[in-house]
Amino acid sequence: MPRLRRFSLIAVAALLSACAHRGNVSLAGGPAPDAAFNIEPLAKRLAPTPDPRVGLKAGMTDPGEATWNMRLLSNTPTPEQFKSVNSDLGFFGKYAIQGTFNGWLIWDISNPTHPTVRKGYFCPASQNDISIYKNLLFMSAESESSRLDCKEGGIKDPVSSERIRGLRIFDISDLDNPKYITNVQTCRGSHTHTLVVDPKDPDNVYVYISGSSAIRPAAELPGCSNKLPESDPNSAFFRIEVIKVPLAHPEQAAVVSSPRIFNNLAAVAHHGLAPGDVEEEKDSIAAGQFPINVIGMNFIVPRQMVQPLLDSTAKANHGGGPATGADSAALRAALPALVLKMFGMSAGADRGPTQCHDITVYPSIGYAGGACEGYGMLLDIHDPAHPVRLDAASDSNFSYWHSATFNNDGTKLLFSDEWGGGSAPKCRASDPRDWGADAIFNIVNNKLVFQGYYKLPAPQSAQENCVAHNGSLLPVPGRDIMVQAWYQGGISVFDFTDPAHAAEIAFFDRGPIDPNRMVEGGAWSSYWYNGVIVSSEIARGLDVLELTPNPLLTQNELDAAKTAHLDYLDVQGQPKYTWPASFALARAYVDQLDRSKGLSDARISAIRQALTSAESASGSARSSALSQLASQVDNDAQGSRDARRLQLLAAAVRNLGQ
Amino acid sequence: MVRGPHFSTMRLASLRYAIVMLTVWATLGLAQADKPPAASDAAARDRARADSARLPYTAADIDFMTHMISHHAQAVVMAKMAPTHGASPAVQTLCGRIINAQNDEIALMQNWLRDRNQLVPEAKPLPMKMVMNGQVMKMLMPGMLTDDQMKQLDAARGRDFDKLFLRGMIQHHQGAIAMVQRLLGTPGAAQDEAVFKFANNVNVDQNTEIHRMQQMLLAVELQAQTTNSKP
Repeated sequence: MPRLRRFSLIAVAALLSACAHRGNVSLAGGPAPDAAFNIEPLAKRLAPTPDPRVGLKAGMTDPGEATWNMRLLSNTPTPEQFKSVNSDLGFFGKYAIQGTFNGWLIWDISNPTHPTVRKGYFCPASQNDISIYKNLLFMSAESESSRLDCKEGGIKDPVSSERIRGLRIFDISDLDNPKYITNVQTCRGSHTHTLVVDPKDPDNVYVYISGSSAIRPAAELPGCSNKLPESDPNSAFFRIEVIKVPLAHPEQAAVVSSPRIFNNLAAVAHHGLAPGDVEEEKDSIAAGQFPINVIGMNFIVPRQMVQPLLDSTAKANHGGGPATGADSAALRAALPALVLKMFGMSAGADRGPTQCHDITVYPSIGYAGGACEGYGMLLDIHDPAHPVRLDAASDSNFSYWHSATFNNDGTKLLFSDEWGGGSAPKCRASDPRDWGADAIFNIVNNKLVFQGYYKLPAPQSAQENCVAHNGSLLPVPGRDIMVQAWYQGGISVFDFTDPAHAAEIAFFDRGPIDPNRMVEGGAWSSYWYNGVIVSSEIARGLDVLELTPNPLLTQNELDAAKTAHLDYLDVQGQPKYTWPASFALARAYVDQLDRSKGLSDARISAIRQALTSAESASGSARSSALSQLASQVDNDAQGSRDARRLQLLAAAVRNLGQ
Repeated sequence: MVRGPHFSTMRLASLRYAIVMLTVWATLGLAQADKPPAASDAAARDRARADSARLPYTAADIDFMTHMISHHAQAVVMAKMAPTHGASPAVQTLCGRIINAQNDEIALMQNWLRDRNQLVPEAKPLPMKMVMNGQVMKMLMPGMLTDDQMKQLDAARGRDFDKLFLRGMIQHHQGAIAMVQRLLGTPGAAQDEAVFKFANNVNVDQNTEIHRMQQMLLAVELQAQTTNSKP
């Protein structure tokens, strides 16, 4: 990318400030084989040109459609009573649950070409973000107009006992008679929420509440304070809420903590002080300089500014004369506040965002990714009621850190930027490719190390709201692949195994809803669930799609992905995918080795042949053939540029034989 | 197929808009930027009306969406100076972002008003006119730069422009956030989903941008200090 256009904080400092440190975190320790799996050149060669998404005919019910490597199985309009804005999705068994601004809908998707509404529950509010755990359904309410009684009409009074801003909990054990059990009210409402299913705590689930709207008056919800933390330690700013839900008594759900994960964030705004930064800072102090860290940036205060301050410190402390070490130390402590004051910035300037937009947890590895307005955060959630910030990243190309997705190994974290709030057409040809995109980081020693961006490659019209939005991982073994909703930009499937070269491998898109103006619509969430992609279309209902085999994602890879079966899925509570032993799994790895040239063509043919003959054998003949093949693959791994994948293949073949 | 009758409807609509426009010019100094409605606008209006029947909007919502257009328009005027006023690359990029974001939001506000048959102001940084004690008072929206401030900005070049721009835009954004807070504190306001969402977007986006501009401003100020004190 053009270096100057990307005015990262580091670049700003380098260009403009007296001094800035550049983080020099080593990339060593990052996932090694990724560069061997850069699919970008192949994907670019195979992508259809010209891009068929450009210039699609507009229409609410009969738009033009463009698709590549995937297929629309069904589009089912929203039932009349629920037509409003379709929002997020959750899954259990054969059902998909769709939030709408008018309530929730349970769809039976066992026949993906003909989904049917199993049950609808009318309950207007925004954004009605939903998730499911066992028999419990959770739904977020944020707006001023959300009523406790699920009725229409809103609430005019700014202080009202009829308002819900927080979390609603339903029991859906009996799908025909769902019960609205309880609510947990929160100070800023719940824009989104995240279920944390702690592997160590089978009796409870936890819910992280992200609410970015105004703070409620204490008269409506006692204890809510819109003062800043220094004047009220109970401030509702700069914190998230954690609700504990006892599974045996969900009606007792309550807020149990309000972790201040934003504390002292000013000191770590741009990827934190790397070890190199810390050393440099020590060196500069040793050299008699005065480094400060304010508003998330490092500066060295010019000597011309420091000297008069040092003189007056000396004067105050011992009537003047040369400044002592004690004077310097005192000034160093006071300098950040002095500098802010000098340039008319209040103490409050030293702060960024006050809330998260959404949090994705990955409980089996103890991490969470916090998409927190101006920051992307890496959190430790081993103690789910007390998440701790490990690192935070900021990026001047990012307008609004919106959501987070880990890769299955937990070695990468992808954040999306909802530039324009989803209400604006941010994918026009004139919109920069690194604005409103995904940013992909490696996780190295609990730090976020930036690798690259991904943005929908097809320019969209000014009539289509478009920006990075909700997506999920595809359980393709050995690769990091994500399906993502881009509002009216459609659905994009991309590979980020090599995080610096993410590349699109499939897409589905429709023309704008309206030919003359931007009417909000498009894919809100597009998630993989047990072999299909289910997509919540804001205005057009529920879409179900399937990927079709192609050189970028083979039949074997798709078959292997379909073996990773889930009983339920809450995308913001990431499950760790595992694959049972299957011939498809082994063949998927072989296809990937073929693609990455990690093995000679002759060896690839031989392995494929060995797998075919082992499959047709049975009993001990099969076992010994597979065991023999596994040993050969172990040998192949020596010196291969894609050794890790050969190890995965060897393990898959060995498991198959046992 | 429906060209004839549709055409006459448009004529009538234009006439009505013309009258509205004159009224607006005469009373508020607002210009009508609206075009005659396109065929597809009917569907959008129907939807807007259905939404409004469910969650009625109030005068405070209309004021917010109207006044924020002028407010945003000033940000665009300021940002458009960057290329000709020697702004640093970083400030130029920031300005590109502000122009892109605020123009899109102006279109969103204009559509919202148009769909509800409200007056649609042109995107110009005009003061709000209010009649107080029989006198017409011109009032700037919170955070808007005064004529003097705008002249100073226009006269500045290079690093001075960067400083004035950043200071001015921080002030400007803080004003927008004050407008959001006022809206959300008004009884009955922001029940309309589009207004609620937009107001929240302004709040979070501009807060983030203020933080970023404060970082940039401090960088400029500290560097300036060094340069100025060199012989």
